Amino acid sequence: MNGVHDMGGMHGFGTVLPEPDEPVFHAEWERRVFALTLAMGATGEWTLDASRFAREDRRPEDYLDKSYYAIWLAGLLRLLAERGIVSEAELSAGRALEPRTPQKILEAADVTALLGRGDPTNRSPSEQALFVVGDRVRVRNINPPTHTRLPRYVRGHVGTVRQTHGAHVFPDTNAHERGEDPRWLYTVSFDGRELWGPETDPRLTVSIDAFEPYLEPVT
Amino acid sequence: MSDRDRRDSEETHEHGSELSETQIRVRALESVLVEKGYVDPAALDLLIETYETRVGPHNGARVIAKAWTDADYRRWLLDDAGAAVASLGYGGRQGENLVAHENTPDVHNLVVCTLCSCYPWSVLGLPPVWYKSAPYRSRAVADPRGVLLDFGVELAPDVQIRVWDSTAEVRYLVLPLQPAGTEGWTEEDLAHLVTRDSMIGTGLPKQPQALSE
Repeated sequence: MNGVHDMGGMHGFGTVLPEPDEPVFHAEWERRVFALTLAMGATGEWTLDASRFAREDRRPEDYLDKSYYAIWLAGLLRLLAERGIVSEAELSAGRALEPRTPQKILEAADVTALLGRGDPTNRSPSEQALFVVGDRVRVRNINPPTHTRLPRYVRGHVGTVRQTHGAHVFPDTNAHERGEDPRWLYTVSFDGRELWGPETDPRLTVSIDAFEPYLEPVT
Repeated sequence: MSDRDRRDSEETHEHGSELSETQIRVRALESVLVEKGYVDPAALDLLIETYETRVGPHNGARVIAKAWTDADYRRWLLDDAGAAVASLGYGGRQGENLVAHENTPDVHNLVVCTLCSCYPWSVLGLPPVWYKSAPYRSRAVADPRGVLLDFGVELAPDVQIRVWDSTAEVRYLVLPLQPAGTEGWTEEDLAHLVTRDSMIGTGLPKQPQALSE
């Protein structure tokens, strides 16, 4: 979706303000939201891509007004409500009103193993890769209202395939319960002037990681 | 810290014993999920403890220091960062497909996630607030030199800048230039010079005299 989360190249947000000796979390509720999100992610009730979409799919003013973990909380509450796991009434009551049995949960004993193994998205490719390193490619001008990992600032632009990463779960379908549909993933590099115009620093290169359906050959 | 984060933080701190609305909501949510059997509170504590104490930029610093002292390891890191990092025990979540790019006197690398907050957790821990903030995400791809100035880093005009926007599940680690005058140092001493920001590309490693300060 063309949401405000897709920020590359926007103006007006001001300077970056690094915080000296920044703590990992700034409040106790941030710790709990972080852990609840990871623990619920491990229940298999939704995919990582669905959780990203639940966070980004909101009105621009709401997205910009919320702090990072407040967005995580809003995304988590939405997923829980959509799947009937926790209702607004239960949140207000602070206790369970409708019983529900989880399929699987993250036990403390499994945390270290889970984090150590991660959640790889690499899959066996079902087709040959369309592109090889060095190929010139044009990014398709697509504007899906659903989840995509294709930022707006590269659409329609020509770049060069720099690296191939094998096939990976395709977020555009996986976020919407339309399957993993693994696709080839490439790092594609763009000259800064191609993206931002002739006045741009000629020494700038910007690269994104692009799934094959985002790209077309340059003929 | 962004204004919105400062506001949230102040809301939490300033009211003292009076809990913020967010805090109350999160407590209620946790209670309901625990009661329904969806989360194990001990697992939550362990997840938090892991990222507050065990997994952080000190992991990445060890990787970089080893690459500075061991040419074979350096080549391995640049060729297959996932395997090279896993060999030191730092594999896993949000580092499953790790790629390392080396800074040289002519090339400076910078990592961003314009769409959200993708970051190499396995070597750097959780991202700082500024990394997830609108100013960084909006400007890193269009005006990286300006962003570096916000961090007090001024690159020579002839240095190429390569920005890596983490738009899929590949995660990026910058291998910074080893500071001059540290040849022959031990890995352990070198690791103290490697800052988190130098592995994102928004900073440079500390200079050798910083260690005696």
